[in-house]
Amino acid sequence: MFLALGLIVFALLQGLMAAKIIGSFWQLNITIIGINIILAASLNLINGYTGQFSLGHAGFMAVGAYVSVVLTTNFQVPFVPALLVGGVMAGLLGFLIGLPTLRLKGDYLAIATLGLGEIIRIVIMNIPYVGGAAGFKGIPHHTTFAWVFGFMLLTLFFIKNFVNSTHGRACIAIRENEIAAEAMGINTTKYKVMAFTIGAGFAGIAGGLFAHMFYIISPASFTFMQSFNYLIMVVLGGLGSLTGAIAGAFFVTFISAALASVPEFRMIIFALLLILLMFYRPQGLFGYVEITHLGPWREFFLRKERAKR
Amino acid sequence: MDFSEQFLQQLINGLSLGSIYALIALGYTMIYGIIKLINFAHGDVYMVGAYIGFFAITQGGLGIFPALVVSMLVTGILGIVIERLAYKPLRHAPRISLLITAIGVSFFLEYTSMYFVSPTPRTFPTLMGDVSIHVGDLIINGQQLLILGITMVLMVILTYIVHRTKIGKAMRAASFDTETAQLMGVDADRVISITFCIGSALAAVAGVLVGVYYNSIDPLMGIMPGLKAFVAAVLGGIGILPGAVVGGLILGVIEALVAGFISSTFRDAAAFAILILVLLFRPAGIFGKNTSEKV
Repeated sequence: MFLALGLIVFALLQGLMAAKIIGSFWQLNITIIGINIILAASLNLINGYTGQFSLGHAGFMAVGAYVSVVLTTNFQVPFVPALLVGGVMAGLLGFLIGLPTLRLKGDYLAIATLGLGEIIRIVIMNIPYVGGAAGFKGIPHHTTFAWVFGFMLLTLFFIKNFVNSTHGRACIAIRENEIAAEAMGINTTKYKVMAFTIGAGFAGIAGGLFAHMFYIISPASFTFMQSFNYLIMVVLGGLGSLTGAIAGAFFVTFISAALASVPEFRMIIFALLLILLMFYRPQGLFGYVEITHLGPWREFFLRKERAKR
Repeated sequence: MDFSEQFLQQLINGLSLGSIYALIALGYTMIYGIIKLINFAHGDVYMVGAYIGFFAITQGGLGIFPALVVSMLVTGILGIVIERLAYKPLRHAPRISLLITAIGVSFFLEYTSMYFVSPTPRTFPTLMGDVSIHVGDLIINGQQLLILGITMVLMVILTYIVHRTKIGKAMRAASFDTETAQLMGVDADRVISITFCIGSALAAVAGVLVGVYYNSIDPLMGIMPGLKAFVAAVLGGIGILPGAVVGGLILGVIEALVAGFISSTFRDAAAFAILILVLLFRPAGIFGKNTSEKV
């Protein structure tokens, strides 16, 4: 069902692009939206489902981007394996970082992950092999809309199934009340690190996709302002909701592209939206619900679920 | 210059930079002490302070000290307004909502200022001339003396307010236990407003002093010092005033040493590495007491 819907959307968009109804500017932006959906969904797994407030997502994205770029450019590794290796490396780093830092809670964790993301970026900036602060040049152009869409579907499918599995339920229990979850026999450290690792891994894949879109990447593309950007997507769209991640990524990227000529306004709008949202709807637009749980869809999907049983 | 002299020179540079961090960190720690909020917007309040000082000097034709006072007053009021409009409605909301709101306020301040004063950096007028003291081969310039002097005076005033006045007593009571303080007749809302006012005024001083020291200000200048001042507050033990000062000075010195002896690109990394090490090994900071969480 999910897959079929995805393929229909893909066919529609690809058709419109082929027929040149969507121009190259929006074609680029739709591809970026796809990458941002991967990032927002993976960050939502950490922030929204597991309740661990991370601000270091751009750092993992940078690791994935640089690893895959070095593989494709300097070692002629094919695109997809390079992306996957980038994702695995980012996930591995997420595991190593998550193990000690996830003992921290709330705002401390937020600042610590922000700091770690910056440290990753500064370390990359000081490695001459990958071009240092000037950036890495001469990257082959591999990322197409089709690849991005494919990986986006894979990410959403994986996270959806993860959240509905035993592990995902444990993560949600940790979000709701960590102490109670621990009392129920959930190994909270294990699940927090698991969610963090998976989130970091997908961020790495997204980083690889992002890097192969342009001919150059530089550490300046992965500052903590970038992490804030994904946070805005997750919070506006809705914590703990994949629909929210999609809506947030779509909305933020769309507004950014539309207001590209007046960047101050764009950020002022986001800032006011964030503040107002916290007053009136702190869980975000689709907080903790999916579109499949709402309105006319609800009956349709519930019937299917019942039929399955 | 041999090694020890270079070390001492970096120490002096570090102490002036550290005083700036200390002034910002005091605001962080006071606000955290009372409403348990990491005020992400604090670094941007510091930026606004710098701009008000800048305009007071260039447009108003004021000297450095009147400009400092004007900047403190205006920024203090800004602090109260921010608290009233953005944080007060969320007094009982989850802390993460409060944190996200603070990030929102931070963006709002950055980009509205960018809209009004344009993103290009402004050159801060030089007010000090070339006053400098030479001790052997060491150079202490006028700006550094000004920073150290003003910081010390403000610390004395702040210590007096917090420990000797009635409002200071109310602040200490509210940060110890807000609800009990309210039962004893302390007007918590007023105390919180005054805390924001004092914290923002201190940040404004730091902003103007940075303008004098580095001669350049821009709308995004508050982000990094804001984060580092937070590191300083955590290092000293968040919620503890002397801790913020000591944390700020230590951080400033470490940064100057890293920049002077290793590489200036690792400055920011050093600050964050300190933060993570402190959080992992001594989360209560240098002066803090460890407390265990109750269910």
